[in-house]
Amino acid sequence: MALITYRRALHDTLAEEMRRDPSVVLMGEEIGKFEGSYKITEGLLKEFGPDRVMDTPIAEEGFVGAAIGAAMLGLRPVVEIMTVNFSLLALDQMINHAAKIHYMFGGQSKVPMVLRTPEGGGQQLAATHSQNFSSWYAYVPGLKVVAPATPADARGLLKSAIRDDDPVVFLENLALYNTRGEVSDITEDGSSNGRHGDERVIPIGTAAVMKEGHDLTLVAYSRMSVVALEVARRLEQDQGISCEVIDVRSLRPLDRPTLIESVKKTSRCVVVEEDWYSYGVGAELVATIQEGAFDYLDAPIKRVAQAEVPLPYAKVMEQAALPKAQNLVDAIKATLDASGYRARTVR
Amino acid sequence: MAEVTMPRLSDTMEEGTISSWLKQPGDSVSKGDVIAQIETDKATMDLTAFEAGTLQEILAPAGSTVPIGQPVARIGNGKAAPAAKPQEAPANPPGAEATQSVKPETPEAKANVGEAPEPTASPDQQPTLAAGTELDRGSATPRSATPRAEASRNATSRAEDVASREQAAGPSANGKTRASPMARHIAAEHGLDLAGIEGSGPQGRIIRADVEAALASGARPTDTEAPEPASEPVAAGEGDERVPLSQMRRTIARRMADSTRTVPHFFLTTTLDATPLVALRKQILDQTADSGAPRISVNDLIVKGVALAIRKAPDVNVSFAEDSLIRHKRVNIGIAVATDRGLIVPVVCDADTKSVGQISRETRDLAERASAGKLQPADYSGGTFTVSNLGMFGVEQFNAVINPPEAAILAVGAIRKEPVEWQGEIALRERLTLTLSVDHRALDGATGAKYLQALKSLLEQPMLLLV
Repeated sequence: MALITYRRALHDTLAEEMRRDPSVVLMGEEIGKFEGSYKITEGLLKEFGPDRVMDTPIAEEGFVGAAIGAAMLGLRPVVEIMTVNFSLLALDQMINHAAKIHYMFGGQSKVPMVLRTPEGGGQQLAATHSQNFSSWYAYVPGLKVVAPATPADARGLLKSAIRDDDPVVFLENLALYNTRGEVSDITEDGSSNGRHGDERVIPIGTAAVMKEGHDLTLVAYSRMSVVALEVARRLEQDQGISCEVIDVRSLRPLDRPTLIESVKKTSRCVVVEEDWYSYGVGAELVATIQEGAFDYLDAPIKRVAQAEVPLPYAKVMEQAALPKAQNLVDAIKATLDASGYRARTVR
Repeated sequence: MAEVTMPRLSDTMEEGTISSWLKQPGDSVSKGDVIAQIETDKATMDLTAFEAGTLQEILAPAGSTVPIGQPVARIGNGKAAPAAKPQEAPANPPGAEATQSVKPETPEAKANVGEAPEPTASPDQQPTLAAGTELDRGSATPRSATPRAEASRNATSRAEDVASREQAAGPSANGKTRASPMARHIAAEHGLDLAGIEGSGPQGRIIRADVEAALASGARPTDTEAPEPASEPVAAGEGDERVPLSQMRRTIARRMADSTRTVPHFFLTTTLDATPLVALRKQILDQTADSGAPRISVNDLIVKGVALAIRKAPDVNVSFAEDSLIRHKRVNIGIAVATDRGLIVPVVCDADTKSVGQISRETRDLAERASAGKLQPADYSGGTFTVSNLGMFGVEQFNAVINPPEAAILAVGAIRKEPVEWQGEIALRERLTLTLSVDHRALDGATGAKYLQALKSLLEQPMLLLV
């Protein structure tokens, strides 16, 4: 058991999987000599050599295509794209090739690759470098899409992603890299690294109940799950409001039963995401819940999301546009008020 | 274009199930034609057309259960295009309609559900927020710093903003009750009418708390809704079969559970000498054998006795009505009939004034129609006292459950030969055991006992039944 950063969870897991399986190779811009723009691949070139840790040209469409070909021929490439914003250059490769090959070749060929890339704003990287495209990838049948929020989930889902025979888009978040969390199968000195057979592999397609509660269900993914959990803890401590927090974790396939069962229990729901408000993952989550738990809803489901503007560079404006804990608190209070919670509560 | 709605086919009916459609869209329909069969809580009945024309559209397919008054079909002149779709849930708040007037095709969610494995145990590791992380550092940003209105509205559900602007008109601007799905669900479970509940949610929306408050304050459920399950749901094991409840079974379950839950029962048992009764019946049968007259049963004689005994001890012919007792003037005897579909209690009205022969004919007719599911509401309404007879199965004695709002029910056992003391000697006599179940809210033990005494006296001198 160790308290480690999300960054180190990714790093250690990549290294472990490469030691476990020689067909796992890394590709990406500046991941070798420079050890990655966010230092996820620190030391890996040194350990595994240039055949398995490949610095690519700044040509996303080219190297994603190369990874797809390598995957079809038996390797398990893990591609790092510096931020999700640059992955747009490789969309044709991901959507028209990676996602379709298994289907269009009648199952004779598979594409066991992982595309890792961070999303997220809040770093003053301005409009073109601060975006989220979770819903774009999650929209596409043929891809699997995960967006872990905690170091333990990042580790457990990265293992699943690398071992999966389908192309997996692994969405990280810039603001999560330095967050810490308990990881049960890594020791403080990093020595065990899951080699003792107690490793935790988290299946793709399962949501996590981060915290149980009975007054309202908070549904989130990626960075906003961590915000939601913190808000839920504060509300419980300060005001006795009991929120259940569900971290969706896997956007495709989506674990619909877990969402529906929770809302059947609480009758109230707020969905929170860092993506833009309209047409986002949040809309899909709300639709899923109303369809499965309609008769149990006591108030409309609210969505908390990013303002629908290109994210500003100016810090004050950037923060105003991003969803914050206070927005979440407001939405929770409004939902509780709309369903009579105030009447039964002391404060 | 005329709408055919679910008719009220019995006193206690709140909804009906379409058993089958006898006409299909496009068929021409004359006034009075039977167009469908409807299963109510009591019987299967015909749905007849009140308009002539062409059956334009079936809104409630066979097998669906529809509340009274809701359209189940449309009859038109055969030219009009079929109307769009069956009514959606009747309760969409107007705001919701305004924002959802174009309803997209429902995505086939099940396809994706199938992909998702059953959720596994959630990870027991919880993330810890390190000090100084980038998370939510803007939470202290004053709202006044917001660059422009659009950006400041990032957090709220705009659809609802729009909805609330458009629905400022009040709780039921379009005549529909505004209530949350949860509130509707609970109200339906308890058979509560939302119309009588005041909503405390936004725009007067009735919310769960309002319904629960109404229930707590003793709002009375309407008659035909299913009761709360009395116990944990039962899981069907391997090889077991799960059979959905018929309307009739539901009604029996609810009424019997209500009766045992709310009516304090007590039981009085007596055994009488039925030798003269058996002899009288034999005599009647012998003398009417070739006349074509109905074969009188022991039960027919007992029903007549029960009715005449009520004339002598009328206190049992009452109903308990919470703040009053209703003393019934007429003596209407319900006769419990077992059918393949379940128990039903058709009524012989004014049995005290009818001859045994007439009672026999009516009972036979009612029993036959009960077995066929063809009873009309009038056939099983208005009973004041019920007789339940399991004697033909050899049951000697049993306790029956009162059929509210009646205050008593008589359980009749089998007539059997027993050695008893008879005029100073041991003799084999025909014996009959009767058990009266009594609603203790309405009646006390002595009242019930006096009635049984009167009944026993009549049945032991059965010639009195014929005069």
